[in-house]
Amino acid sequence: MAVDQATVRRIAHLARIAVTDDEVEHLEGELNAILQWVEQLRQVGTSDVEPMTSVVHVQREMRPDEVTDGGYPEKIVANAPLRDGHYFTVPKVVE
Amino acid sequence: MTDLTALTIAAARKGLEAGDFTALELTDAYLDAVDDAATLNAFITPTPEKARQMAKASDARLSRGEAGALEGIPLGIKDLFCTSGVLTTAGSHILDGFTPGYESFITANLWNAGAVLLGKLNMDEFAMGSSNETSYYGNVINPWRRSGDETALVPGGSSGGSAAAVAARLCAAATGTDTGGSIRQPASFTGLVGLKPTYGRCSRWGIVAFASSLDQAGPLTRDVRDAAIMTGVMAGFDPMDSTSINKDVPDYEAALSSDIRGLKVGIPREYRVEGMAGEISQMWQRGADWLKSAGAEIIEVSLPNTHLALPAYYIVAPAEASSNLARYDGVKYGLRAEGEDITSMYENTRAAGFGAEVKRRVMIGTYVLSAGYYDAYYLKAQQVRTLIKNDFDKVFETVDMLLTPTTPNAAFAPGEITDPVTMYLNDVFTVTANLAGLPGISIPAALSGEGLPLGLQLIGKPFDEQTLLRTAGVLEEAAGFDAVPGKWWVEK
Amino acid sequence: MYSENRKTEAKNLLPGATGDWELVIGLEVHAQVISKAKLFSGSPADFGGAPNDHVSFVDAAMPGMLPVINKKCVEQAIRTGLGLKAKINCKSVFDRKNYFYPDLPQGYQISQFKQPIVGEGQVQLDLEDGSSVTIGIERLHLEQDAGKSLHDKADGLSHVDLNRSGVALMEIVSYPDIRSIEEAKAYVSKLRSILRYLGTCDGNMDQGSMRADVNVSVRRPGAPFGTRCEIKNVNSIRFMGQAIAYEAARQIDILEDGGEILQETRLFDPNHGETRSMRSKEEAHDYRYFPDPDLPPLEFEQSWVDEIAATLPELPDEKKARFIKELGLSAYDADVLVSDREAADYYEAVADGVEAKAAANWVINEVFGRMNKMGLSFADIPVPPQANTAILRMVAVSEISGKIAKELFDIIWNEGGDPVKIVDERGLKQVSDTGALEKIIDELIAANPDKAAEVKQKPKMIGWFVGQVMQASKGKANPQMVNQILRKKLI
Ligand SMILES: [Mg+2]
Ligand SMILES: [Zn+2]
Repeated sequence: MAVDQATVRRIAHLARIAVTDDEVEHLEGELNAILQWVEQLRQVGTSDVEPMTSVVHVQREMRPDEVTDGGYPEKIVANAPLRDGHYFTVPKVVE
Repeated sequence: MTDLTALTIAAARKGLEAGDFTALELTDAYLDAVDDAATLNAFITPTPEKARQMAKASDARLSRGEAGALEGIPLGIKDLFCTSGVLTTAGSHILDGFTPGYESFITANLWNAGAVLLGKLNMDEFAMGSSNETSYYGNVINPWRRSGDETALVPGGSSGGSAAAVAARLCAAATGTDTGGSIRQPASFTGLVGLKPTYGRCSRWGIVAFASSLDQAGPLTRDVRDAAIMTGVMAGFDPMDSTSINKDVPDYEAALSSDIRGLKVGIPREYRVEGMAGEISQMWQRGADWLKSAGAEIIEVSLPNTHLALPAYYIVAPAEASSNLARYDGVKYGLRAEGEDITSMYENTRAAGFGAEVKRRVMIGTYVLSAGYYDAYYLKAQQVRTLIKNDFDKVFETVDMLLTPTTPNAAFAPGEITDPVTMYLNDVFTVTANLAGLPGISIPAALSGEGLPLGLQLIGKPFDEQTLLRTAGVLEEAAGFDAVPGKWWVEK
Repeated sequence: MYSENRKTEAKNLLPGATGDWELVIGLEVHAQVISKAKLFSGSPADFGGAPNDHVSFVDAAMPGMLPVINKKCVEQAIRTGLGLKAKINCKSVFDRKNYFYPDLPQGYQISQFKQPIVGEGQVQLDLEDGSSVTIGIERLHLEQDAGKSLHDKADGLSHVDLNRSGVALMEIVSYPDIRSIEEAKAYVSKLRSILRYLGTCDGNMDQGSMRADVNVSVRRPGAPFGTRCEIKNVNSIRFMGQAIAYEAARQIDILEDGGEILQETRLFDPNHGETRSMRSKEEAHDYRYFPDPDLPPLEFEQSWVDEIAATLPELPDEKKARFIKELGLSAYDADVLVSDREAADYYEAVADGVEAKAAANWVINEVFGRMNKMGLSFADIPVPPQANTAILRMVAVSEISGKIAKELFDIIWNEGGDPVKIVDERGLKQVSDTGALEKIIDELIAANPDKAAEVKQKPKMIGWFVGQVMQASKGKANPQMVNQILRKKLI
């Protein structure tokens, strides 16, 4: 499975990373090299192997339903690049 | 007065308790060392004022006889740990100016034990890298050089700032995080002890996530005893982390003894990789001999799926990272690059904020999770991970521990490795412990022919850090590694 | 589960220019879980709050923050699953659904994809014509709600408030078993009623506690399923009906013109009564689901499920059956009374100690009738059930007339008070004193000799005299006795 430049652009868009033509070319080569290298996994028979879900398996207590957090809107927006009062603001989203 | 920065945690603790020097004096000695070592670029954010304030508070507690386990001990913190009110960058431009309103579980534990924050340490961007060449804040330089050679070398990564800082005596010890070898590999490159605890032993709460199922924090220290002391404070159950394990933290320091009689140590055949340098395999053999003469039994074992570990890792880690890093979108914190609409704002922000290696991994991770590829890549890699875990479970039926080299080579020069896959091979011996969630420790065991440190790695059973530390202590004693880098970076 | 095999009755077929069409509907209902705190954090889950006030560092996806599951939310999902007679999965998995949106701070929603907490179940619908159908439930899973973007606070900017971010939702997915707008509406009403009985969701569609994604397709009767469109986030039962009607007509038009349906997400615009394509949002959607590595699989013991099952209330279907069988109510009355748990509870409190049917009539016509007319909810009914019981008891023993009963109800609705005392104090008791009644009647006959004569010819005319007596007694005369005396004297 090799990726072409169109795929690189599609993936970059999915990942929301702007890429220049030059970067697309580089990434095409690099991604293919990495994908080619991981290709060796395909030769391993895993039809009856459970995929790993958690590496150290322990059943944990769930959290009780209590309000223990929140109530600090100033801290929530303190690092925002752009804000209006206690709202975050972003370029207008059109539905 | 002796050079206070030469003291281990254990030695400094003794001196503080005896009143030989104050915590403030100790901190000032380190702050001077940090000032002198700008060349190494180990710190992103030094916090001298905070350090002196904390040291004074430690002195007050010491005088009241209320000393904690790390009272007055100056530490460096990898900049992946969120520290309340102190810039936290993860080595990335995208967290530009980010000052958390909260303290990570582990650093909170350290401060509660009386430790002093000297500053935040440089690292590979989002902990992605094995050479500390991917930080937005520039390369970290290894205090070690080849004998008779002034070429700068990498300290390893991603905890490269931590390794360089401890090795250069810029802090008594440092925190690191290890996702594929990011504590053990830099420890090996800088002649330090680096411990990656069992997955779930240390809380991940407040540590910027790279790959959630692999990330685990641990210490980089001058010796095994210090590793035991640091781990004892860092470890513990945290109800805020669903993957934290509710198990008592044993007294690791008390578990140190040189008695390993009857211990069964496995030598995994598959780690004898093709083209391994002679000095590495000799060191490995010597390590086995040391353990044997201390009364351990050496058994050759097989971990047949070892060769699949790195490829599986380079699917799982980027996949998780691609999702973990989705929150850096220019809305809530950090960098924002404007765009004409929301999508271009996202795309411009992430293009400007992430470096090349992060972009590469986010792209790979996005690809392997995308429609039509999930089964072939991600699912497959997680299945392979099960196979690797099964390998370990099986050998741990017959042995207590495994002995391997930490890295296939010593430190190299920045720019020497440009091909990503070749760079990834640095983690070949360390990554298996992350995939299987096992504790691993690197101990400096030899100097290479070029005069660079080389490390041996022990991999233990889950939650058996005691035996791991005890055995590491035996190796440490036998190796008698006491070389330190010359302070070439200090401007006269 | 009928799915593809279910046929549509002739009356529900949609006529087109080229023949009949079958409507096929599947619903994904998002129901907000009743809990104090959010699904994975300790901040409050209730509506309202100043901007970003009900938000923790976890909800804002600050670096290094981690989710920890709220036990109550899990319990509520199990309870709901049990109420839907569904299979409860003692092991389920949380997945990340990855996409970028300003009100999705993590860049992914924690949801359940391959292994939901609840599997197949069912919902029974009793339709107006007396027939019943069972709609299959495919699954129920737990997931996080997103925040809110406000688009009209400033030019060129959207404002983001994360108060809703991380609130627990249950997504309840039906099989495409629904074949008409009436069924779709009945399904949502019934689901809402079940959730309210269970106390797992308040069902408040205005506030968005319940909203539906509606999957609509059409096909020729008995043909394989056609391509469906998903109408997102419909937040009222009436709008859902309009949206389905519009969408069905749109699809039939396209197909009859020889066109093809494009599988897409659409938005219902209530102002224009039409659905619009959301292609802009659809573009490049690839959610890259994978198990959330921050959360181990969710596992619990069957014994916990059994404990929850033991606390399940009587649900509307069971209650309806009991009302019909044990109380002798009509199916219609039973339906009305069980549709809401509060209605049923109110009714049962009233009926305690009086005749069940009389109580049903009274509650439906007097109490709920007035409540609906005034646009009130059950909680706002000012007359406690016990007051109704007292009124009905007095009617039953002829202490007051039906007319006085209504007046009495009026008084208590407006002024409150104890019905028995009010009857006493205001002298509203029925006059059953023969002497007193005979006196009134004799006077009336004397005053209206012609009418009295008429009654002898046409006994039905006796009603006029009854009315006059009631009037003269201000409604207090015992009508049966009045009748008796009049008959004796006139016929
Ligand atoms: Mg849906
Ligand atoms: Zn949903």
